[in-house]
Amino acid sequence: MPRLIIDSQEIQVPHGATLLQAIRSAGVALPTLCYWEGLPPYGACRLCLVEIVQPQREVVAACTYPAEEGMVVETQGRRAEAVRKLMLEFLLARCPTSAVIRSLAGEAGVTESRFPSNGDRDELCVLCGLCVRVCRDAVGAAAIGFANRGAERKVESPFNLHSEACIGCGACAAVCPTGAIFIEDVGSKRILHTWNTSVELQPCPRCGQPYAPDPMAFLREHVEASAHLYGLCPACRRKAALEQLDVVRDASFYR
Amino acid sequence: MKITSAEDIDALRPAGEATLHPNRMKICVGMATCGLAAGADQMYAALKQRIEQRGLDVLLTPTGCIGYCQQEPLVDVRLPGSGRVIYTQMTRPRARALVDELARGNLPLDSAWAVIDTEQILVEDQEISFPRLAGLAAVPALAHQPFFASQLKLVLRNCGYIDPQRIEETIARGGYRALHRALTDFTPQQVIDEIALAGLRGRGGGGFSTGRKWQVARDAPGESKYIICNADEGDPGAYMDRTVLESDPHSVLEGLIIGGYAIGAQQGYIYVRDEYPLAVERISNAIRQAEGLGLLGEDILGSGFNFAIEIVRGAGAFVCGEETAMIASIEGGLGEPRPKPPYPATSGLWGKPTIINNVKTLATVPLILIRGADWYTSLGAPGNSGTVVFSLVGQVANTGLVEIPLGMTLHELLEGIGGGSANGKAIKAVQTGGPSGGCLPASRFDLPITYEAMKDAGSIMGSGGMVVLDETACMVDVARYFLEFTTLESCGKCTACREGTRHLQAILDRLTKGQGAPEDLALLEEISEAVRTGSLCGLGQTAPNPVLSTLRYFREEYLAHAVEHHCPAGKCTMTDPKIPAALEA
Repeated sequence: MPRLIIDSQEIQVPHGATLLQAIRSAGVALPTLCYWEGLPPYGACRLCLVEIVQPQREVVAACTYPAEEGMVVETQGRRAEAVRKLMLEFLLARCPTSAVIRSLAGEAGVTESRFPSNGDRDELCVLCGLCVRVCRDAVGAAAIGFANRGAERKVESPFNLHSEACIGCGACAAVCPTGAIFIEDVGSKRILHTWNTSVELQPCPRCGQPYAPDPMAFLREHVEASAHLYGLCPACRRKAALEQLDVVRDASFYR
Repeated sequence: MKITSAEDIDALRPAGEATLHPNRMKICVGMATCGLAAGADQMYAALKQRIEQRGLDVLLTPTGCIGYCQQEPLVDVRLPGSGRVIYTQMTRPRARALVDELARGNLPLDSAWAVIDTEQILVEDQEISFPRLAGLAAVPALAHQPFFASQLKLVLRNCGYIDPQRIEETIARGGYRALHRALTDFTPQQVIDEIALAGLRGRGGGGFSTGRKWQVARDAPGESKYIICNADEGDPGAYMDRTVLESDPHSVLEGLIIGGYAIGAQQGYIYVRDEYPLAVERISNAIRQAEGLGLLGEDILGSGFNFAIEIVRGAGAFVCGEETAMIASIEGGLGEPRPKPPYPATSGLWGKPTIINNVKTLATVPLILIRGADWYTSLGAPGNSGTVVFSLVGQVANTGLVEIPLGMTLHELLEGIGGGSANGKAIKAVQTGGPSGGCLPASRFDLPITYEAMKDAGSIMGSGGMVVLDETACMVDVARYFLEFTTLESCGKCTACREGTRHLQAILDRLTKGQGAPEDLALLEEISEAVRTGSLCGLGQTAPNPVLSTLRYFREEYLAHAVEHHCPAGKCTMTDPKIPAALEA
């Protein structure tokens, strides 16, 4: 188990831990946009840049750098902090109306950006890639991906058309740090506006309300024990669960 | 036929010799991309037609690029037993006239540019001399032409000498002898030791010790290992790797197979950009030939060593020249880099130990194995053994592909080989290393060309692009050009590179339009520092170099643009924002 020093604080972390995990377990706040515990680290947002002082002075992204025995790390080093601030200023220029970015930048003392926007002042996407990665690596659907290069890079469904691979689970929106993904249920359809995609919703067998995307029906097979509950919409599921509880309670009460 | 011994290799030499130095007249046409761009294929057709019309007994054959690309199409005539008489800038009418003269028994001498009357067989430390024909006394030897005089051709040893489509010609010039020696006389560890001792450094520009890199992969645990030849050359103005692949593909294959043997790989890849169709064709052909002879595939040369090579064609993304992006691309994923560590030498393609070497590095390997590390370290400069290949382009009198011993000064290269300025205007700077490199001013031309000296001066050795700029070049505009390139070629994965290069380019754009402000200089420096420190991969980390190096050496030009809204070179069209557009005539 490597021992290392983070901001003068000695700490021990499990083998294979990253610097970011070490930093967070030391209780040091280091906000990030592209890191999510359930996914492999990606190193894109560059907000977790810290300075390794020993064994060799170097600014690295903490999320992808392995924590090693004897390392001395400073999160508030002047060089790393200056770059982090400029990254936030870049992101503020890119997403001037994002409340999340404004607040993150503000905490770092960046309230204005000296740089122009990317053309769309309503841009909310910071290209952290969490949506693409959760869809591909966690859900296994790979319904969306990156298109274009450089400043033109964006996340899209294939050819920006309806994605056949999308199961409408909404994991992309759930992990998005800036709320850039817009999904709504309209009638018997779930519309994933950001991906130009819609999926049919199944009606609840009990109340008839459309509630779960068709392609997610497989979930029921994965939770056999309570399959009868997962087949219901959330409202009916609560009711059914309560009824089940009632039965149990009643039985024990009257025994 | 499968080759299994040194004798078998030697047995193929007469077949190569028969076309290299035939007992009848031979006409060679330089048909690498540089020659083809100058019309070599039409010229070849014209020659062929005229030869048939005249019934001339001649072997007409293509060859690769001998380096003097500016003077293409190059054609040479070799009479039996003599050297090659070279003609430059050949046209179809002149080609037909040449055949007519030859048919009459005359070899035109007035228009001859040079004679090759000695040929080096480097692998065997041999020199073949041919008697010079009477009447050719006034024509200089190629080795005395200023463009060639101080070059030292190791990587380019066969370029322009062989028909790259005939493996027998490569073998006649010593090809595959090093592979045989490696497999029979050397253990893999001894191969690595020899390469390390020779001090060979990565010729893709990084300059890391090839031997040490191979050692890491050899020592890494695991059964499956891979070696990749990086032929994804993408710097503007650079075409060294293309030329080697087109003109001498077997030397690259030989180096790759030896590298595979050294690190314990059974599978090699050549990642070549699809914009190089001729290179792809020649290397595919070379692979088939080597497989046919048992120099590649199962049980190579009867040694029990198996090694296969697959070509992967890049789809035109500059960033795929970066090791981890290239690996992602070969795996079928998006060509974008991932953070290091882990380094590919321990965890690369499919998570296995993987070595990526540049074309020129690999082409050097056979020479070192056969001539020895001592010989290699005797060339070049201390810590910088051997040679480096540059594509010398821009405002210099002689442009083309040159190979020089490391340690030669920029001055010697530009004035001696390059022949100085192209048009009498003073040379102001050279740009090396493409978008990852920088500009060095004339005041630094006394610098020896070594990895360290170039880096200390604010540029990099790079893969070999060298663009010569004269006083008509605006250095702010040069920086803008390269930043426009990196902005377009940034993969966009990390914030630092994607956003940083965009803002750098925007500032350089406004400076070159006369819309800049004095504080832009500090802003350029601030962004450059952040992009250099904060970027995920080498592309971003080096992207600010063109800005930083021009700011360092040509700050007064930046100030003229930013403060006076004036371009000293007269290159930028300045529209002064202080003057309303309506008032501008």
